[in-house]
Amino acid sequence: MYRYVIKRLLFLIPTILGVTLIIYAVMSITPGDPGRAMLGTSALQADVDAYNAALGYNLPFPIKYFNYVKAMVIDQDFGFSYLTKQPVFDEIWPRFLETLKLAFLGVFIAASVGIPFGIYAAVKQYSLWDTVPSLIAFFMAAFPSFVLGLLFLYFFSLKLNLLPSYGIGSFEHYIMPALAISIPPAAQNMRFTKSSMLEAIRQDYVRTARAKGAAERTVVWKHALRNALLPVVTQIGLSLGVLIAGAVVAEKIFSIPGIGSLIVDRIAYKDEPVIIAGTILISICFTLVMLLVDIIYAFVDPRIRAKYSNTKG
Amino acid sequence: MAHTETQNILEIRDLKVIYKTDLEVVEAVNGLDLTIGKGKTLGLVGETGAGKTTTALSILKLLPSITGRILQGEIYFDGEDIIKKSENDMQSIRGNRISMVFQDPMTSLNPVLTVGDQIAEAVQLHNPDMSKEQIKERVAATLNMVGIMPSRSGDYPHQFSGGMKQRVVIAMALSCEPELLIADEPTTALDVTIQAQVLTMIRELRDRLGTSMLMITHDLGIVAQTCDDVAVMYSGIIIEAGTAEDIFLGDKHHPYTVGLFNSIPNLDVKSERLSPITGLMPDPTNLPMGCVFAPRCEHRMEVCLEARPGVYEEGTHKIRCYLFSEAPGNSKAGVNLNAE
Amino acid sequence: MNPQKYESTTVDSFKRPSQTKEIWRRFSKSKGAVIGFVLFSIIAIMLLAADFIIPYEAAIKQDFSQQLAAPSWEHFFGTDGYGRDAFARLLHGGRTSLSIALLATFSSAVLGSALGAISGYFGGKVDSFIMRSLDIFMSVPDILFTMAVVYALGANFTNLLFALTLAYFTNYVRLVRSQVLNLAEQDYVEAARAGGSGSARIILSHIIPNAVGVIIVNTTLNVAKIILYESTLSFLGLGMPPPQPEWGLMLSEAREFMRTAPWLMFFPSAAIVITAASINLMGDGLRDALDPHLKS
Repeated sequence: MYRYVIKRLLFLIPTILGVTLIIYAVMSITPGDPGRAMLGTSALQADVDAYNAALGYNLPFPIKYFNYVKAMVIDQDFGFSYLTKQPVFDEIWPRFLETLKLAFLGVFIAASVGIPFGIYAAVKQYSLWDTVPSLIAFFMAAFPSFVLGLLFLYFFSLKLNLLPSYGIGSFEHYIMPALAISIPPAAQNMRFTKSSMLEAIRQDYVRTARAKGAAERTVVWKHALRNALLPVVTQIGLSLGVLIAGAVVAEKIFSIPGIGSLIVDRIAYKDEPVIIAGTILISICFTLVMLLVDIIYAFVDPRIRAKYSNTKG
Repeated sequence: MAHTETQNILEIRDLKVIYKTDLEVVEAVNGLDLTIGKGKTLGLVGETGAGKTTTALSILKLLPSITGRILQGEIYFDGEDIIKKSENDMQSIRGNRISMVFQDPMTSLNPVLTVGDQIAEAVQLHNPDMSKEQIKERVAATLNMVGIMPSRSGDYPHQFSGGMKQRVVIAMALSCEPELLIADEPTTALDVTIQAQVLTMIRELRDRLGTSMLMITHDLGIVAQTCDDVAVMYSGIIIEAGTAEDIFLGDKHHPYTVGLFNSIPNLDVKSERLSPITGLMPDPTNLPMGCVFAPRCEHRMEVCLEARPGVYEEGTHKIRCYLFSEAPGNSKAGVNLNAE
Repeated sequence: MNPQKYESTTVDSFKRPSQTKEIWRRFSKSKGAVIGFVLFSIIAIMLLAADFIIPYEAAIKQDFSQQLAAPSWEHFFGTDGYGRDAFARLLHGGRTSLSIALLATFSSAVLGSALGAISGYFGGKVDSFIMRSLDIFMSVPDILFTMAVVYALGANFTNLLFALTLAYFTNYVRLVRSQVLNLAEQDYVEAARAGGSGSARIILSHIIPNAVGVIIVNTTLNVAKIILYESTLSFLGLGMPPPQPEWGLMLSEAREFMRTAPWLMFFPSAAIVITAASINLMGDGLRDALDPHLKS
């Protein structure tokens, strides 16, 4: 089992390098000019050139990339923002944490609402517990997060004056953004859990359990559920992409100082160091979470566990 | 083991089972009569689609809840009509007094639970007072009984081969020493060599525990090896029944039975072609009037198309065919195809 | 015993003509699917015929005397902050969004399916390489990657198409690959090989027809996803540049006027949701029609 974990951890390194490479390469397509950006439009060309040379900006791409990674890994140095002239890392780190808070909230709500409703809808198929939540989930799946966010803002902030419309002061500040982010993945989770559960209930081993004299409850909760939840774990990992997109827009709509809104704002200013660093940071985090999901899955499914442990099956 | 009672462990009378979907009604079992004597093994023979599995599921009332329906009939288990029993009562019978082994061992076991847990579950369900230790012992004993080392009780199903998985399933079924074991094509999915092993094991266990058995199969060879009595099923009803001697050595047979025997390739006789039975089983959503086999029967007569034939009896041997019986039977003929 | 219960009901390549009729029959039995189909057809026709309904100029002509007008006979959906007719903007913006979505879906399907088929069929090192690269590629969250591409290349129709294709092709690779892996092991492929068919023929006449069902269902559902995604991008300002109208952009502009002209928010929102929902209805209906086993 530990062989599997170690194997995956080792693959993490080329993955992160690959991710960094992709982002860095894409962003390098547009020629930037750090010297000009940092020193200003009135600076002398000679000074600008000197600055660029010192930064190693004119070196061939592989070397630039290598330097970037080295600085990133060893010193947490992501360069300086073109806009604020401050070290990028100092700017993005607190905002990254803020986004993390929001994202956790989103995942938590999406899973804890979506999964139980999905299970219930499957177990009580064709009843109201199935038709109503399924209908709601279906509609919610057609609402992108930003539309939800705007509608929430309109109704709860503007019209009803119940919730604050921007900022992060208190618990109430998080309600609307968290809901806007978590509803689409929750709907996805619910539909997926329902179909996974239905699939599990149809399996032969469920029939065997019934033939043993097990009560229907046991059959559902002990036998079907455990098998049904396995693919759901993976699916939660996959729905993270949607969640992140939701977080970016929610931060924009509700003016939350997260890393998503930072990246979006800085795009207008062509503040490449921040954009690159922010994107890489989120991607690394995303990769780690996916890794965690895979490891959890491997732990929980004995078939995978056995593949990598000593007792070969 | 000698049984002196003439009582039967299982008596099915005029069972009718359908599957009803939005599109159609499938008549799976159409007036089935069946008897299994205590301590005896009955072989239920028939092609795929004859309704054998449906019959088995009906005995345990495990039909799919939305589509499957028992329309009429009685199933007497040790004297009591279990069709009338509540779900709770059935749960205490299943796995305990009547057990079932299904066809496909690859999918019959829950992949995320250990083999030991799954057997223990069966034991625990029906012996709530047993301590953890006692359950462990029983699981170990059961595994031993089917030839698996008890140390493997912590292993998962995927760690066993097909044949061993089936042994586990059998162990699970026998763990509470049921009075009746229903085996639905238990060896069909296995290799031929493993088949022999598993069959031998089933026979030995049955003999040792004195279990009555319903062996469902399409393989006449298996019937010959394991069964005391035989019932031949076609399109939802029994068309011939008797002791094994009656069926294998008797001189009178239902045309379908003749066809079944003829379709087995014969090593002794040189022949150019195999002789399968021509035609197909009738569409269960649209059964013919009269004898269900008539459309395919070489000996078909006018009367065969009008009404279902009655049962011709000769001692323990019963045949439902106008070649032998005079009067058309009706659904409530109520004749027990008794094997004793 | 074939444990792949699902596979035994897939389309047999020899019975194709009547299968299509059968699939259509099953599809039309589902009320939801038919509603979705009708709704989407109406929307698609209206959007694609936008030029005939109301000229493009109405969508971009600014008229400050008409700013923020409420819905009326003259302006069905009112006007925005620049006095531009909202109905016209909705139609023309929708046409752009729909066109991009359809094209992007098609190109991502082709790219992803091709990669998946190659990976699955040839296996070995080719397969490993493709799957590993895919893993790394997928480690960048969609939206960030798309933002980076649009930033780097600039926002126009082609670049958006390119970015969206890259974001969505990964869906298909895994899907098609697993179909190919399953099907390549099926007996009838062995039979075809024994009968003398070459690799290309096997892929074309046996594997693809059976994979096509799953591909079609996913493609339909992806159109909805891409419309949602694309509107998110244009909301963030990364879609087609103004004055080209787009639903997401309209919503972003409507934000300012939430208090004074809330209708500017409702109509584009409704458009997005109804379009996505109708496509999802169709997609679900297709899925049930193609494999009735999955339903009951």
